[in-house]
Amino acid sequence: MADAGVAETLLRRIEKADGGVDSLEVASSLGVDHQVVVGAVKSLQALGDLISAEQRSSKRWELSEEGTEIAEQGSHEARVFGSIPLDGLAQSELMVDSIQDQVREKLVLVQKGSSSQLEEKDRNELKKRKLLSEVTVKSYWITKGSSFSTTITKQETELTPDMIANGSWKEKKFKPYNFEAMGVAPDCGHLHPLMKVRTQFRQIFLEMGFTEMPTNNFIESSFWNFDSLFQPQQHPARDAHDTFFLSDPALAHEFPQDYLERVKKVHSEGGFGSQGYKYDWKIEEAQKNILRTHTTAVSARMLYKLAQQKFTPVKYFSIDRVFRNETLDATHLAEFHQIEGVVADYGLTLGDLIGILHQFFTKLGITKLRFKPAYNPYTEPSMEVFSYHEGLQKWVEVGNSGVFRPEMLLPMGLPEDVSVIAWGLSLERPTMIKYGINNIRELVGHKVNLQMVYDSPMCRLES
Amino acid sequence: MPTVGVKRDLLFKALGKTYTDEEFDELCFEFGLELDEITSEREIISREQGDSKASGASDVILYKIDVPANRYDLLCLEGLVRGLQVFKNKLEAPRYRRVSPVSGEPQKLFITKETAAVRPHAVAAVLRNITFTQERYDSFIELQDKLHQNICRKRSLVAIGTHDLDTISGPFTYTAKPPGDISFKPLNQTKEYTATQLMSLYKTDSHLKHYLHIIEDKPVYPIIYDSNGVVLSMPPIINGDHSKITLKTKNVFVECTATDLTKAKIVLDMMVTMFSEYCSQPFTVEEAEVVYPDGKTCKYPVLYSLQPSCAVESTEKIAQLLTKMCLRSQATGVGDEIEVEIPPTRSDVIHACDIMEDAAMAYGFNNVPHTTPRTYTVANQFPLNKLTELLRQDLAAAGFTEALNFALCSEEDVADKLGKKISETRAVHISNPKTAEFQVARTTLLPGLLKTIASNRKMPLPLKLFEISDVVLKDETKDVGARNSRRFCAVYYNKSPGFEVIHGLLDRTMELLEVKSARVDGYHIQAAEDSTFFPGRCAEIFARGKSVGRLGVLHPDVINRFELTMPCSALEMDIEPFL
Repeated sequence: MADAGVAETLLRRIEKADGGVDSLEVASSLGVDHQVVVGAVKSLQALGDLISAEQRSSKRWELSEEGTEIAEQGSHEARVFGSIPLDGLAQSELMVDSIQDQVREKLVLVQKGSSSQLEEKDRNELKKRKLLSEVTVKSYWITKGSSFSTTITKQETELTPDMIANGSWKEKKFKPYNFEAMGVAPDCGHLHPLMKVRTQFRQIFLEMGFTEMPTNNFIESSFWNFDSLFQPQQHPARDAHDTFFLSDPALAHEFPQDYLERVKKVHSEGGFGSQGYKYDWKIEEAQKNILRTHTTAVSARMLYKLAQQKFTPVKYFSIDRVFRNETLDATHLAEFHQIEGVVADYGLTLGDLIGILHQFFTKLGITKLRFKPAYNPYTEPSMEVFSYHEGLQKWVEVGNSGVFRPEMLLPMGLPEDVSVIAWGLSLERPTMIKYGINNIRELVGHKVNLQMVYDSPMCRLES
Repeated sequence: MPTVGVKRDLLFKALGKTYTDEEFDELCFEFGLELDEITSEREIISREQGDSKASGASDVILYKIDVPANRYDLLCLEGLVRGLQVFKNKLEAPRYRRVSPVSGEPQKLFITKETAAVRPHAVAAVLRNITFTQERYDSFIELQDKLHQNICRKRSLVAIGTHDLDTISGPFTYTAKPPGDISFKPLNQTKEYTATQLMSLYKTDSHLKHYLHIIEDKPVYPIIYDSNGVVLSMPPIINGDHSKITLKTKNVFVECTATDLTKAKIVLDMMVTMFSEYCSQPFTVEEAEVVYPDGKTCKYPVLYSLQPSCAVESTEKIAQLLTKMCLRSQATGVGDEIEVEIPPTRSDVIHACDIMEDAAMAYGFNNVPHTTPRTYTVANQFPLNKLTELLRQDLAAAGFTEALNFALCSEEDVADKLGKKISETRAVHISNPKTAEFQVARTTLLPGLLKTIASNRKMPLPLKLFEISDVVLKDETKDVGARNSRRFCAVYYNKSPGFEVIHGLLDRTMELLEVKSARVDGYHIQAAEDSTFFPGRCAEIFARGKSVGRLGVLHPDVINRFELTMPCSALEMDIEPFL
């Protein structure tokens, strides 16, 4: 609170004044700094409509540091003159007997606030010499407010238990709140944005009746990751520059033997209506342990397990990490989360796959879809899913899908008239789009920006 | 996915129609291709080598088209145009024929038994009376390169050699010899080299050096001679200069040597079917005879084709659709069967389902009516994930913020930095990491959280972080010898260690998991020694009599190694015992 005395004096001046007072004038007549008056205006304004103050600005000339010195002690020339002793130097006799210190006189005028008496050319001359400068002065024109009074009632800042108990709140005036300011941030923890999106995808699958697959096995054998999916052993995806192989434990040691024989046969000789790939299939390749390159390895295990029982239709999903030994950039990491959906039933068709993709993507708020023929070793047909991106004004790829090949399903022992449709997408991409993140490292991994985690909104995919 | 570059105007001329970029993109989409980039030679060179190098380059517009990895028949302009023209009903799918030479005697290629040690298979064929132009010649060379890079797996499975038949005379011999005994003038060189000299010559050749390893360490190198001892090629490295193809070449001898016979047959089929278009008798290929070491003979190319039949609805319609995809089809009249003729260009078709896909593509995926599977199922969550989801919510409510770290890390992260030996960690090791960041799968979540703090040191204190995720441990009882373990880890980083905060979080977690504080049938903690923690400030967590994890104040050395400056307390435990 500013000096209460000044505030009260100000109120009395306003009461007497006709039409209002200027804060600068009040300050100079009271002999106080202008800022003190401004403070009083502010604190009176906070009390309601006691006064109304209109900001004004005017220009004024002020002395610089050097100018102030000259105004007080005389110009440099005058001081030189003054410092020469009376009996002086010989040369002084050649000079004038007395001087008139015009510079000082002019500066004193400005100091007194009468700069208007100076001619413009003098002002400019002094400005050039850096003795003067023009400054903008902000002042208030103060008039009576709608509830003007010359007495100031102290305002309470907050309601207290005492006031509630004794009812004194009824008599008190309360200081208004500043609703422009931000509140205090709550003290709480935050979930990671990628995990928030994962939760929503899980929710969508659960709403659609899909059962979650156990994907907690990052280490997989090449057999389940590739061979069981009818992916030939010379396939480029099985190269060391695409897949992480393990040196310890290097090999898997246990396979369902009769199934393995059927897989070997369908690769090397064909069968189940297929020509096969006709190459020398090697168990040594199938045994190699890797970090799984897709969660479809788990789907293969689940479908094999399903085939060992009396067949009942299933819908499965998973969202978990997969690993690729790829070149890293702003949108690619060596590990990412794959979202996968699988339906196995009698007589499923391509129309069913398209229908279910529409249902799934509608839940994400994506309704415009189209499908492009693609190639994938274990699905036939294979379709890339594109959605129309309103922002980019073009079709962008949002996922992959297909019908699992008979060469994959029949060796497992699934009935011939059962089809399995599946689709997949990455979790990172929709999350980056949702939260407007361009560099994947700011989202996943230890370089995450925690402020981004703190600030990220909840994940509502439909909007 | 292989990318094929074709000159736009040449493509449109061959298609007999000019498209806008958008129209062509749309056509590609329907046909399962992708118009990846529209560029020019000048643009490519200027991007890769700078503007100065690009000044003389051509401004002709190039289309870069992504082709599905199994469609080797679309890897050149000829194949692309043929596929699209048939798809648009503008061309009838050609029938490819193998013919005997007019002279009666086919070209012969004898394989000797020495090849068994290095590259045992070879196939061959002749393109007779072919007419090359500069563009056709370029495409011919380009297709060989594309096949080498894709189906041939960088020449390791199959290598192609093409020769001007009029400069050599059969019969030909495919044999293998010690490198010192091989000497010839290789393609585009001016003098003869021995194979040993060639291998060192090509060590610095940016293109050929990638293929040397295929035979480098073998005692004998594969080599093909004509009847006069002229070297045709030393597969899979280089052809001889003598028989090189020029624009004037009329008759082409194509040989493919291989370690995979099936792929060699497919590659030979691709080469001859694509370019037989330019023979005086289009789409005919002159056979060649391969004689094996045991005296058996075989005629090539196979022009491998299938005639499967499959049962479908509306046979007429399906047959029409398939014909659009270069699969000549007709209804057999027997029930709902159709008979499909699969040309040698479609080596990707190996099952009736591949034919069905083509029918669907010709029909248009986007014209297929949507249906909904009536599959009735009840959804279940994976119990471990359900527990994880619930716990995460409540840990955030307890004031801790979730981090998400990589499952792969360096050995140092899980061992040295935590004051442990790598041999004690039960970590699985990656054999081919590109950098140290991918040496092992993490065995603990703690390093990830500490690194997260290190990258967020500017944030206001305290930092309270948690993660619930999987680590990987070696486990002999599993088929792959390793298993995941779901962990919960939390850290508190502040000016004071805050052991009581982490301890409080453990108490809260146990409350959430409905485990009481009790020595028997509950949980308790007891002092433990652990090199990761400050001496006397570490305790082991026991739940229902079993050790499930540890908590404590981190050792100052650990704090320093993770480039941190404040005290830090941490907790890490298994959550699977609480299922």
